This record gives sequence, structure tokens and C-alpha cells, in this order.
Amino acid sequence: MTALLDARGLAKRFAMRGAGGWLHAVDDVSLAIAPGECVGLVGESGCGKSTLVRLLTRLTDHDDGRILFDGHDIGAIPAARFARTPQRALIQMVFQDPVDSLNPRFTAFDAIADPIRRLGTRESRASLHDRVRELADLVGLPLELLGRFPHQLSGGQQQRVGIARAIALSPKLLVLDEPTSALDVSVQAVILHLLADLRGRLGMSYLFVSHDLSVVRLLSDRVLVMYLGRIIEHGRVDQVFDRPAHPYTRALVSAAPVLEPSARRPRLRLSGEVLSAIDPPPDVCRFFGRCPEGYDRCGREAPNLRAVDGGDHAAACHLIGGAVLT
Amino acid sequence: MSPPLLDVEDLSLEFRTRQGVVRALEQVSFGIGPGETVGLVGESGSGKSATAYAIMGILDRAARVTAGRAVFRGVDLIGESESRRREYRGRELSMIFQSPRTALNPIRPVGAQIADALRRHAGLGRAAARRRAIELLDRVQIPDAERRSHAYPFELSGGMCQRVLIALAVAGKPALLIADEPTTGLDVSTQAAILDLIRELAAGGGMATLLITHDLAVVAERCDRIVVMHAGHVVEAAPRSRLFTTPRHPYTARLIASTPRPGTKLRDLVPVPGTVPDLRGVLPPCRYRTRCERAVDACDEPPLPRIIPAPGELVACRRPL
Repeated sequence: MTALLDARGLAKRFAMRGAGGWLHAVDDVSLAIAPGECVGLVGESGCGKSTLVRLLTRLTDHDDGRILFDGHDIGAIPAARFARTPQRALIQMVFQDPVDSLNPRFTAFDAIADPIRRLGTRESRASLHDRVRELADLVGLPLELLGRFPHQLSGGQQQRVGIARAIALSPKLLVLDEPTSALDVSVQAVILHLLADLRGRLGMSYLFVSHDLSVVRLLSDRVLVMYLGRIIEHGRVDQVFDRPAHPYTRALVSAAPVLEPSARRPRLRLSGEVLSAIDPPPDVCRFFGRCPEGYDRCGREAPNLRAVDGGDHAAACHLIGGAVLT
Repeated sequence: MSPPLLDVEDLSLEFRTRQGVVRALEQVSFGIGPGETVGLVGESGSGKSATAYAIMGILDRAARVTAGRAVFRGVDLIGESESRRREYRGRELSMIFQSPRTALNPIRPVGAQIADALRRHAGLGRAAARRRAIELLDRVQIPDAERRSHAYPFELSGGMCQRVLIALAVAGKPALLIADEPTTGLDVSTQAAILDLIRELAAGGGMATLLITHDLAVVAERCDRIVVMHAGHVVEAAPRSRLFTTPRHPYTARLIASTPRPGTKLRDLVPVPGTVPDLRGVLPPCRYRTRCERAVDACDEPPLPRIIPAPGELVACRRPL
């Protein structure tokens, strides 16, 4: 099956003013998302998740690599011009904080109608009222709330508006950036069910960005673990979370709080400082110095992704014997 | 059980707003023993923070305590004058907040902010306060504390800022630390490190902790006893060992069922039905009534039963599980 989104060797460096040097925010990242698939992206703040999302959604230009989306080389279009291409409507985002991401002067109706008014076809603009009502229905937003402003809605209702707006143009890829981390667990459960249901009904693909591993696991088929600008492990969610191969993933999984005492794992504490992302030495593993299992080779040679067990599971660590993936 | 360090008794609190009186807390009761770690959980709007602010005496002007006491070491903090309360705050009683960056002064180096507190509360001189501030930064495991003490909050990560706030909070060796969502918005690994730090400081100094969070998994790992709040009521209080195996209040059971666990499938994740009720106007005796699948007509009859299955436990329900 051809992938909906196929990114190869993506890199983004930011020039550091004053101090000089380059911050390697995203470094040689490749990923593919199949039609209808949900891929999770996890990692600590500062690991480059947000920059990667900005590259994939064409908000920021990358320095290296290419991005194929739906058969088009969207990476070749400068970010400034991407807003006027037809593919723009097919990649949409749902943001973390529904309050901050909704215009306080727009009613729920206007918020949902806005993308259709801006990017919709002439026919979709003509049937705007019906389409907005249909979308509200899809996301379970009571129609009588369409006239309300964001501050008159609850957190869950605001996020429903955010989702309705994102699916208004029938996108093929929805990027979910921590969509439930600002919500209560009870509301989170409702929104997760809604997202799973919409994916099934509309056949969208998701890129689900979160630092909450248990939430990523509930929704995703596969997961990518990012550390200091690189993907250091990927695979099916059960492979990565039940049998993490990279020492960093193991530490991450063991740090997540768990309700049942029986499901708890011994905590792996990371010591030492995170290596700087400013001009990192190319021959050193990015996790070296913080890794409980690092040895001299890790300081001489940066590891590539190697196959761990069957399928897609791979990790970038010298301690894994599998074949190197290109 | 040893006599409690803090005993909150029948605390009721109202907010006067333009849209009417919000009955934010009603007869909230719980205790914290010396050195004990108690978790306070519930959805937004359940009154967790209002309870903490009432204990600390830092409520908004629109708030009014209408009944009840918060007895700390034999002294009712609610009835005390502001000047007396100020003597407790920062010394025996301190608090850390959810957004560490906004809780710190943005235009003053973090070391100086800690030194200020030490000069005010511990009566140290300028040089001694400065030395002690660096020691404290070191104790909260900020690497290179000497150099970092000159940093402004914007130069530090969220996790580092929270460590600075913890250093500030424990500077006066408090008997009770109230931590209001101390790790919300932080990464899992940072969250674990911050919670470890709080636990180590508590164990080392015999400090009791009230950990306020909406994350049940966090309290399940960190707290001896857990108090569950809903819409301004304490609906259940129980030791951790009992709460997660045999919750008695229907709301607690629903809250547990809505928390994701490793290995559970999405279909096993059951949301709590309905929303937290509007706390203005006339409310039924049980504020969970409209969301509860076990409700019967008798639930509308006052008063709300408060069953005490064992000392330190509570179930506020007519038809407990």
C-alpha cells in the first residue's frame, strides 16, 4: 500500500543568534503514515516533536529531505506558498489548548465555518449552514451551542469545536497535538472515543503527538519515539511499549504513572544532562551521557536504526544486534 | 492514628459572582497526619484548589468561608487574622503551584528570589541567605546550582522552574506542603523526577504533603490516602490500598474506569456520564445525583449520608458500592 504521507531524511536547523552555531531541531527523520493509520509521536519537550509537525504540515521550510503527501511532492512547495495549494485543505490540525486556539470573537459556528469560507469549494460555501450543522452533529456538539462564544463552552465542548473545524474540509491527515492534555480524564475519555470513531467513519489518518504514553497507546497503531531531533525507536504500540528496545524508551515507559500496582515496572532513573542540540557531535549517540547502559562505542559512533524483532520494530542503539535499516 | 497535623472540618465556601452565589465547597472534611502524603483528586471545578486556597488563606476577595474550620497544630487557620496566617505561610505551611513560571518573579534571578524568602522567614543576613539559597537549589537537584542561581525564570525549563519553586517552598522546613497540580504540563520523566524529589524531601524532613491532581495514576503511585472530591463535596476518602481495589462511591468507580491503563483497550475506557453540575442556585443533597447510574428517589432526601467505614475514611452516598 502506498503511504499517504512519506517523509524521508527530514532535517531542520535553526541558527543560534548571539551564541552562534546551529540548533539541530530535526535531524534525518523518516516516517510514513498509511491511509487510515494512526501513528503516535512521543518524546520529551524540546525533542523536536513540534518542529517535525511544523515541517510535515508545511508551516516551516525544511533544510533537507522530501515530503510526499497523497502522491504530491509537497516538500518542494515553499511554506509561504503552501497555503494556496489544494493539499493545504487535506492536512489539518487539532491543538492542545482549545481556549487558546479558538478565536474568542468567533462563535462556535464561525469557528467551524472559517476553514470552509477560506479554503472550501464554491459548492461547499453555498451549503455552509448545512455543512456546519452536519459537522457539529459528527462531533457531538449540540446544535443550540453553535451560537456561543468559546468562553461560554466547557473544555470538552471547545475541543469538539476544534475537531469539527479541523475536519470541516474532509482532510486526509489530521495532526493531533496533545489534543486531550488540557482536559479532565472523564472528558478525555469522551474525546478519545470521538477521535477513534471519526477515524473509522471518515477514513482519516492521524499523527497523534503526546507525552502521555497511555493515551498514545489507546489510539495509535504504530508509535515513533523521538529524542533530541532523531527518531530513536519505532514500531507497533504493543512492541514499543511492552518490549521497549532503546534504553530511553525503557526509561520513558517506566516513568509513566500507572494505576495498578501489579502493572508497575521498576523505575529507571536517568541521570546526567541532556546533550545540547546545538551542533551535536555527529559521531556520538544523542543519548550518550544520560544512558544507563552507554559504553565507549556510543561516544565514538552514532547508532543507526536497527531491526529489533519482526515487523516494523526498530531502535537506534548499539546494544541491538539486528540488521541496520536504511 | 496519630492526631492529625491538619484537620479540615465541615468547610463550606461560597463565591459571590455577578451570576449568583456559587456554593464551591460544602462540608468538606478530611485530615492529614504528620508526615503523611494525602492525594486530593477530582475533575476541574470539584473544589480541590479552593480547598487548598482556603487552608492557605489566599482566597480571592469574592470568596467567603461560611462555615467550618481548618485546624493546623491546634490553631484554626480560618479564624486567624491575616497577620497571624502570614506567620504560618512559608514557614510551617507552604504551597507550590501548577505553572511554575508564572509563580516566579520574571525579572529577578531565581537564587535571589529564594534568598528573599529566607531573609523574610528565616531572618538570615544577605550573605547567609545567598549561600543557603544555593544549597537549596542543590538539594532540589538543579545541576550547577551556583551558576543557575543567577538565571532568570525564562532561562530555565518548566521542570527546573518547578524545582526552584519547591526549593522556595521547603526553605522554611514546613510541616505541610500543599502541591497543587505540581506536574501538570510536564513530561512524564520530569513529572516522575519532581514527584520523587517531593517524596524524598518529605521523607527526609518528616513533611506532610497534600498532593492535588486530576491524575488518578499519580495519586495511586504516590499517596498513602486519597480524598476524592466532586462538585464541592468530599465523596470518598480511603487508603490507597482500598480505594483502587474496592471503590465505594459510584463516582470514584467511574473516575477509575475513565483513566487509561497500559493494556486496556479504548472500548474499556468508560467516560463519567454528564458534567459537573452548576453550583449556583438550589442543589440536591447529593451533587452527583444527576450523573449517577445508581441513584434512587431516596437520594433526593436530605441530608447526604456520610458513612465512616473506618477512621480516616468516608463515603458520602446513600447507595454505596
